[in-house]
Amino acid sequence: MKKYTYTEKKDTRSGFGAGLLEAGKRNEKVVALCADLIGSLKMDAFIKEFPDRFFQIGIAEANMMGIAAGLTIGGKIPFTGTFANFSTGRVYDQIRQSIAYSDKNVKIAASHAGLTLGEDGATHQILEDIGMMKMLPGMVVINPCDYNQTKAATIAIADYHGPVYLRFGRPSVPVFTDPDQKFEIGKAWMVNGGTDVSIFATGHMVWKAIEAGEKLAEAGISAEIINIHTIKPLDTEAVLKSVAKTGCVVTAEEHNRFGGLGDSIAQVLAINNPAPQEYVAVNDSFGESGTPDQLMKKYGLDTEDIIKAVQKVIKRK
Amino acid sequence: MTPDIEKLTKTASQVRRDILRMVHACQSGHPGGSLGCADYMVALYFHTLKHNTEFNMDGQGEDLFFLSNGHISPLWYSVLARAGYFEVSELATFRKINTRLQGHPTTHENLPGIRVASGSLGQGMSVAIGAALAKKLNDDNRLVFSLHGDGEIQEGQIWESAMYASHNKVDNLISAIDVNGQQIDGPTDAVLSLGSLRAKWEAFGWEVLEMSGNDMADVVRVFDLAISKTFKGKPIMILMQTMMGNGVDFMMHTHKWHGAAPNDEQLANALGQLEETLGDY
Repeated sequence: MKKYTYTEKKDTRSGFGAGLLEAGKRNEKVVALCADLIGSLKMDAFIKEFPDRFFQIGIAEANMMGIAAGLTIGGKIPFTGTFANFSTGRVYDQIRQSIAYSDKNVKIAASHAGLTLGEDGATHQILEDIGMMKMLPGMVVINPCDYNQTKAATIAIADYHGPVYLRFGRPSVPVFTDPDQKFEIGKAWMVNGGTDVSIFATGHMVWKAIEAGEKLAEAGISAEIINIHTIKPLDTEAVLKSVAKTGCVVTAEEHNRFGGLGDSIAQVLAINNPAPQEYVAVNDSFGESGTPDQLMKKYGLDTEDIIKAVQKVIKRK
Repeated sequence: MTPDIEKLTKTASQVRRDILRMVHACQSGHPGGSLGCADYMVALYFHTLKHNTEFNMDGQGEDLFFLSNGHISPLWYSVLARAGYFEVSELATFRKINTRLQGHPTTHENLPGIRVASGSLGQGMSVAIGAALAKKLNDDNRLVFSLHGDGEIQEGQIWESAMYASHNKVDNLISAIDVNGQQIDGPTDAVLSLGSLRAKWEAFGWEVLEMSGNDMADVVRVFDLAISKTFKGKPIMILMQTMMGNGVDFMMHTHKWHGAAPNDEQLANALGQLEETLGDY
């Protein structure tokens, strides 16, 4: 079992900011738009370097999505920036018609996703965004796990032609992936091999899955941990290969249990190789105010919750 | 009537025939607004736009047009076909299974001339602004046009884009509103009054022009005037007075033909009022 360590914690949104700057340097077609949240989205460095390629839209997210769609018609590669809530639910129809159905090369960069937004509370803590976005035909949905992976994903999606939803978060979390990694859209990352259970995790839950895996190993349970950073298109080959070996599944996501990663995995298994599965996800509720750690614990998204889910699912084999 | 205006008027008569025959053939679609905007669209494509019928999505070096009130698709399809983007015979497939001429315009079926889907209202001005911004970044001095329904401006996104365009001096954009005073449920004044459109758009910082939208000479005059006002720091709004159903007597002065198709007898009556100038498809 590979041992993962970290020396610093950083927010994934800063990984986006660094990736956007790098993508802008590599390709002059990359432009950015923001709906009055430059600081929150960490877009300052890009704006300083490329002031003519940045568009301050104001608090008008619907207009931002439409303008982004229009910019692609002149060959630009626009990245929109606002909170995940305002990047999806607020503008679903604009994304659906002007971007997804129109096959526009827009990158929707969505920060402050999930409960870990914290004290602002449920109005801003979207837990339904993965579901909404993955239902749109042709939309790629990515939820990277740490600073380095978010930076790599940002650079990678600029080179991919088509609409992408990139989801990341607000709090500082362990940085444990390779700073020089090559991000492959749609390719699951084997974090640790194992034989007793497959844990498929996405976003902030990947580190918690690693922590759970270490504790499970002490108890004699060998967990295979796979980082599903791309929820759509899903790496079905990696999922089926793992479950063929382990025979049971735990999914972990900072999202409602309806419509997220867990459902995507369950669908693949139901069709190809039915297996017992437990969900570590928010149980069809809204969030509330609190610190990120308090919220993850209260809503059942902690390391201990993954361990309990593993113990439960193994008994169902 | 100058030769140019006469030619445009004849083209508009043929386009109106196309609209009625398309809507009749599939017994669905929106003839009212399509007929009302026929003179605008014909003048746009046959007089005003610098465009290339060898369609290229990016449209660099060309003027671009975005139809935001996508339900008047039969008009757009007829004009695109008559301008040479695709064969006029394809108009017979409008709204039928496996067609590129979907009920509302889309890029999804790769129909030449269309750059974004529309139908869900209020979105086209934002897209047009984005395309206009890309032209500025690309040092492309061609223009961007967009058309909207008057009922459509009840959508909030229109006003987001209105505020953005003036603040950011998007002065390579010429938008127009089809002011026919009608929407599906009745007159706009009864459904949700629009108030003074001139006062609203001027307050939002736009250069406002008025067009008599069913008088071809005035349509051409105002297009030329609008172009003379581009690149002067303001986006341009044309308030275009039209009559829904224009050209067919029994389709005017009512909102009932917004989204209804004529039967055989009504079609014959309507076609009798419109000269076949370029040959029916």
